[in-house]
Amino acid sequence: MPDNMLMDEMGIARAISRIAHEIVERNKGTDELVLIGIRTCGVHLANRLAVKIKEIEKTDVPVGILDITLYRDDRLTRKGHPEVRKTEIPFELSEKIVVLVDDVLYTGRTIRAAMDELMDFGRPAMIKVAVLIDRGHRELPIKADYVGKNVPTTKTAKVKVMLTEEGFDDKVILKEEQQ
Amino acid sequence: MELNRKDLLEIKELSGEEILSILNTAESFKEVTGRDIKKVPTLRGKTVVNLFFEPSTRTRTSFELAAKRLSADVINFSVATSSVTKGETLLDTARNIEAMRSDYIVIRHPASGAPHILAKNLKSSVINAGDGAHEHPTQALLDMFTIKEKKGRIAGLKIAIIGDIAHSRVARSNIYGLTRLGAEVRLVGPPALIPPEVEGPGISVFYNMEDALMDVDVIMVLRLQLERQGKNYFPSLREYAGLYSLTPERVKSAKEDVMIMHPGPINRGIEIAPDVADGMSSVILEQVTNGIAVRMAVLYLLSGAGERVT
Repeated sequence: MPDNMLMDEMGIARAISRIAHEIVERNKGTDELVLIGIRTCGVHLANRLAVKIKEIEKTDVPVGILDITLYRDDRLTRKGHPEVRKTEIPFELSEKIVVLVDDVLYTGRTIRAAMDELMDFGRPAMIKVAVLIDRGHRELPIKADYVGKNVPTTKTAKVKVMLTEEGFDDKVILKEEQQ
Repeated sequence: MELNRKDLLEIKELSGEEILSILNTAESFKEVTGRDIKKVPTLRGKTVVNLFFEPSTRTRTSFELAAKRLSADVINFSVATSSVTKGETLLDTARNIEAMRSDYIVIRHPASGAPHILAKNLKSSVINAGDGAHEHPTQALLDMFTIKEKKGRIAGLKIAIIGDIAHSRVARSNIYGLTRLGAEVRLVGPPALIPPEVEGPGISVFYNMEDALMDVDVIMVLRLQLERQGKNYFPSLREYAGLYSLTPERVKSAKEDVMIMHPGPINRGIEIAPDVADGMSSVILEQVTNGIAVRMAVLYLLSGAGERVT
């Protein structure tokens, strides 16, 4: 595995499998469980988790899609406008155990925005966070409940999660920016 | 594709990509308007001023709801209650409003070009909500959105626009937008109400309803501006209705899955028969619903223009 590769195809598959088992174990099954993927990579990971959970428990867990663009805290200070895409949550969230799924946990601001948006859809019994990579440098009091891999990084580094759904081979790469 | 503009003044100056970018963004906002809590925090702290020098219910309410669903604050100025009646000029009124730290000014004015004057002189984003007989860009955008939503595309569709083309800002904006997106536009109405300068690529003119409606995918009926009656554009309302009213009989010339549109307000029994306005093919009320999503998209896409970070 090259130096800058944090995870390869097998690594991602094992992480998904372990997280799926952990979710099922901690919730004692899949009752009231829903997965919400944050666009774009979080959605793919949520779908993979749902497939894995079905293998384990033989039950279908609903998967929703969250686009947090309209809830960002930097939308008016950034140059230009991030593209707004649809949020698709075609089921009730009230009293559900929601697992928010994203690829990389960094400052925590995406999760903050995602939680605000979820609250506008209903009142979940609980919100948990699952991520493939936790790279540290939190700016808000937010932590992940399920983590594929903890990776210490510098603030200038970039973590890229590449998935087959987006036309790549599955892998996670760490890029140090030359300053 | 970015909409890198401070203002939305006319469809004429927009590229096809810019129009499509607004329509695609509006699709996402339509999902927001279907939620239980129809509100997102995107424009929190921003102020939208509706400055209306002409009567309007639909457009003003639609802009107001769009702004409120984005969490902006909204103020409505209507001329009857403002200092304009004391002789203040348009630009002075607008400068005073901007001095109250507005971020957007939505203006409707009887004079063509009034929004352009504000846009040149103000830091606020200016949105044209209808200027004289010139343009009404957000109406055309919501019309195009509704067509694209129902038909899946705009390119290649045959679209008839019926009525007073000469005085209609809705028609003008739609003609620019629809032809830019590759539709075939047919204009039909009394000769005195079709301006000669409209002819161009993708546009054809008819004076006979049956010919114009043959095999069309979309029929857009314009409001007959009754206030212009008696100015010799057409002999009488009765004659106009006889020749150009959209009746169930005439709709039969069009394709079976034709959709029928009207920007409102409707003169029932004059430009459109009640049975047609209320019929299965009519999307008149959906146009109104879609107007909110389209105006949310416009407010969102103009919001960061010129790096006005406040």
